[in-house]
Amino acid sequence: MKIDFQHNQAAHCENGVTSNLLQFYGITLSEPMIFGMGSGYFFSHMPFIKLNGMSVTSFRVWPGWIFKRVTHRLGIHVRRKKYTNPDKAMQELDELLAKGQPVGMLVGVFHLPYFPREYRFHFNAHNITVFGKEGDRYFVSDPVMENVETLSYEELKKVRFARGTYPPRGRMYYIDKVPAQPELRPAIVKGIRKTASDMLTIPLPMFGIDGIRYLAKNLRKWPVKMGAKLAALNLAQVIRMLEEIGTGGAGFRFIYAAFLQECAEILNQPLLNEASVEMTAIGDAWRNFAWQAARCFKNRDNGAITYDQLADLLMDIADQEQKVFSKLRTMEL
Amino acid sequence: MKFDEVPQDEAFLKEGKIRDVCYVVDKEGHYVRALSKGWTPKNEAIRLAWHEIHEHAEETRLKVMAGKLSPIALYMELNIMDLPLLANFMELPKWRVRRHLRMKGFKRLTNEMLSKYAEAMNITVAELVDLERIRGMVIAHED
Repeated sequence: MKIDFQHNQAAHCENGVTSNLLQFYGITLSEPMIFGMGSGYFFSHMPFIKLNGMSVTSFRVWPGWIFKRVTHRLGIHVRRKKYTNPDKAMQELDELLAKGQPVGMLVGVFHLPYFPREYRFHFNAHNITVFGKEGDRYFVSDPVMENVETLSYEELKKVRFARGTYPPRGRMYYIDKVPAQPELRPAIVKGIRKTASDMLTIPLPMFGIDGIRYLAKNLRKWPVKMGAKLAALNLAQVIRMLEEIGTGGAGFRFIYAAFLQECAEILNQPLLNEASVEMTAIGDAWRNFAWQAARCFKNRDNGAITYDQLADLLMDIADQEQKVFSKLRTMEL
Repeated sequence: MKFDEVPQDEAFLKEGKIRDVCYVVDKEGHYVRALSKGWTPKNEAIRLAWHEIHEHAEETRLKVMAGKLSPIALYMELNIMDLPLLANFMELPKWRVRRHLRMKGFKRLTNEMLSKYAEAMNITVAELVDLERIRGMVIAHED
C-alpha cells in the first residue's frame, strides 16, 4: 500500500518534510518559503551544550519549530504523538498509513542504512516522511536523499527509538485539517519580523548577532585555551554545522536569500530584492570563513590564517547581518 | 554562490543517491537549485573528525591487546559512543558498564550480557569476543 505522495529532495530535512506534507494537501510552498515563513534562520553558539564533546554552533532555530510555526501561521491543524512503547508506535503508524495519511517523524541517523557511513553520528533530530508499506518494508521520503528509500519494520523501529542526546522517542506528526485558502501574506510578514527580532533583540550573548560576536570572542582564545589540536577540532565542528546536515550552503543564508527574493514578488516590495542581494553577500562571507578556517586547521600554507583573523571575519559578518536585519525589522511589508 | 561555482568535490556523497542541494544564483541573479557532490572545506572537516575518532580507537585497540581494556571499550569507540551513551543503550548504570570496559570485568560477563552489548554495538557475539580479529584490525578511513 503506497499513498500517492510526491517525494521532493530538499537541502534541509525539516523544510523538506514540511514542504512535501503541505504539498500532499494541495499547498505548494518552496523550501525557501517554508524556511522563511517558519522563521528558521538563526545563530547560536552554546558552549554549554555539547555535540561530539564540543560546543554547539547552530544556524537555525530549535528542531521542530519550523514545522510548528508554518502550520500555526497558516491555520493548519496538526497532531503530534510520542511513545514509550516502540511496538505501539509502529502499530499506530500502520493505522495512519492504512487511512491514507502520510506521517512525518523524527529519527536518529546513526542506524539509517541508506546514509553514507561518514554521516552516521548520534544525531537524533532528523525528519523523514513515511508514506506506505509493502510487506515488511516502509516507503520513506527522506528529503536529503535524491530518491525514495525503504526501511524494514525493525530498521524503522530502531531509528525511531534511537538513543543519545534528545532521543526521538518515536515522535511522529501529521496534518489533520487544512484551511480552504491559507493566507500567505500575514504568515510571511510574521515570519520575517520574528527572525529579525530573534537576530537583533535576544538579551543573551550567545544568540543572534551577539552570538556571532560571542563565537568570534571565544574563537580568538581557542589555541591558547585548548591547544592546537582541540582548537582545530572545534573549528572543524563549526564548519560542519555551517555546511553539513543540509543548510543549502553557508548555514541557511542562501536559502534565506532565496526566500527574500520570492517575497519581493509576493509582497510587491522591491526593497526585499536588495535585502536578498545583501543576504547572498553574507552567505558568501560565511563560505569564505569556512574556506579560510579549513586552511587554518589543515595548516595549509605556512603563515596560514590565524584564529585572530578568522575572528575578525566573523565580526565583519556580524556587522553585515546586523545591517540587513535592522532593515527587515522596520521595512514596509 | 553562483550557479557555475557549485563545488563538485566528491568524497562521501554519491550521484543518484545523495548529493547536497544548494541554493545559488543564475546569470540573471535569480535563485535556483543545484546539486553538489561535496565541498573541500566541509570534506576536510569531516575527515578531521573521523581521523580523531580512529586515532583514539587505535590507542584503545593497543590497550585491548595489552590486556588492560576489553573489546567493549574498542567497539564503543568504533561506534562513536562514550560511556554515558553506551550505558544508555544498555540500560545499565554507568558504574557497571565501566567495570565491563576492563578485561577482568569483561571475562565475567554472561552470554546474555555479551549478546546485549553486541546488539548495542552492531556486531555479533562471536566478533565481540574474537581477540584475533582485534589484533588484525586496521583502523583507518578511506574515502
